[in-house]
Amino acid sequence: MITKRIIPCLDVKDGRVVKGVNFQGLADVSSPVELGRYYSEHGADELVFYDITASSDGRKLFTDILRQVASTIFIPLTVGGGINTVEDFDRVLKCGADKVSVNSGALRDPGLIGRAAKLYGNQCVVLSVDVMRVDGRFTVFAKGGRENTGLDAIDWIRKAEADGAGEIVVNSIDTDGVKGGFDIEMLRAVEDVVSVPVIASGGAGCIEDFVKLFRAIPDIDAGLAASIFHFGEVSISDLKRALAAAGINVRI
Amino acid sequence: MIAIIDYGVGNIFSLRSSFARIGADVKLTGDPAEIRAADKLILPGVGAFGDAADKLRESGLGDVVVDEARRGKALMGICLGMQLLFDESYEYGRHRGLGLIEGRVVTMDPAATQPETGQAAETDTPAAETQAAETDTLAAETQAACTHTVPAGLKVPHIGWNALHFPESRPKSKIFDKIDQGDFVYFVHTYHAIDCDASVIATTDYGIQLTAAVARGNVYGLQFHPEKSGDVGMKILKAFVEMEV
Repeated sequence: MITKRIIPCLDVKDGRVVKGVNFQGLADVSSPVELGRYYSEHGADELVFYDITASSDGRKLFTDILRQVASTIFIPLTVGGGINTVEDFDRVLKCGADKVSVNSGALRDPGLIGRAAKLYGNQCVVLSVDVMRVDGRFTVFAKGGRENTGLDAIDWIRKAEADGAGEIVVNSIDTDGVKGGFDIEMLRAVEDVVSVPVIASGGAGCIEDFVKLFRAIPDIDAGLAASIFHFGEVSISDLKRALAAAGINVRI
Repeated sequence: MIAIIDYGVGNIFSLRSSFARIGADVKLTGDPAEIRAADKLILPGVGAFGDAADKLRESGLGDVVVDEARRGKALMGICLGMQLLFDESYEYGRHRGLGLIEGRVVTMDPAATQPETGQAAETDTPAAETQAAETDTLAAETQAACTHTVPAGLKVPHIGWNALHFPESRPKSKIFDKIDQGDFVYFVHTYHAIDCDASVIATTDYGIQLTAAVARGNVYGLQFHPEKSGDVGMKILKAFVEMEV
């Protein structure tokens, strides 16, 4: 049966992975290629590379890096950050991305998801959404969580799925960085209304948080995290062994 | 040289990279002469069946691939490239495939095969009734042709890592020589092949047994993406490259 996916997310700025990490045996901890390979060899089911560069030079550097990563790591690669047009999709897909994640770009141009899905297929289009509770309502935030769009998150996600998003990454701003566990309530609300894969993001602090996630919402497809993997607080191979021991189907 | 058939469909960056990794001499080409001169052929593909089948037909490359395969050249179709090997597909209508392997490609989505309701009831005239009845018959036939959906509650597309199972009734295929029962590979698909039991060399469990790989003589098809399946995928590609036909 299909396995639950564990996905580390790497932020890349000017060709380097942001947030220094320190793994034994890694000569260059901020090389996207080396870190990507390390995760791939330790059981990551997929990698997300997020381009947080603002300049066009940085963007060019990012696609060069992506090409190197895709030439050496043979697991699915998702790319996000700075995706505003179908030309951006084209740019990263040609460099070896398998899926492209849109966030603010889709908020600015609500037709983007539909156009990209028609050109590249739904399986290629990932909606990433930052959600925070405002007056008890799940609300979409833009610009890395700084700007309240006023949009209802459930409505927005439903629309994105109808337009052709083949996967949804739900990042809870309320639990992000707190390390108190995933936002089960929010994720369940999303899982109830969509039929495409849902990836949980925001809040993982330890192995047990992933076990709780997959137990509480058996339909959730994947758990995504960044710093707990980068800082070595959770090793992906330990995490997968723990999930398997808890009866959750994972690829080991 | 192994020719990757270039007919304008899909993104083959990773496929080329993975062959480069195992040291295989591959060339992306749409030149019939090069395809005929190649030792083995890879038919890639991502996207819609109808569009891809049209491109193969219009470019004439479909005929070249079929000719070469019938002459005994090893051919491997990957993902949509695998689905194109079959007789026909019901993806958005009915489309003819290359007919190299017996079988059909149908959706696995239960929601997509629900019969239309409520339309015939509103028609009064005899002519409209006849038409409605014909439409119903057609709908019923199409639905019958498109059964084998996954159980409700399972997500479609089938995306992610799933385990390979080799049928015990036949010897393990050469391309799986270094692969164990239960090894994981990466799938991304909405349609799947049925009525191809005689050619199935691997299945995967997604509520129903999905066709994961087929072979008929020198023609192979993989529903999953070996170029995205880590070491397991590399071993499969290497076995194909090194295999003697």
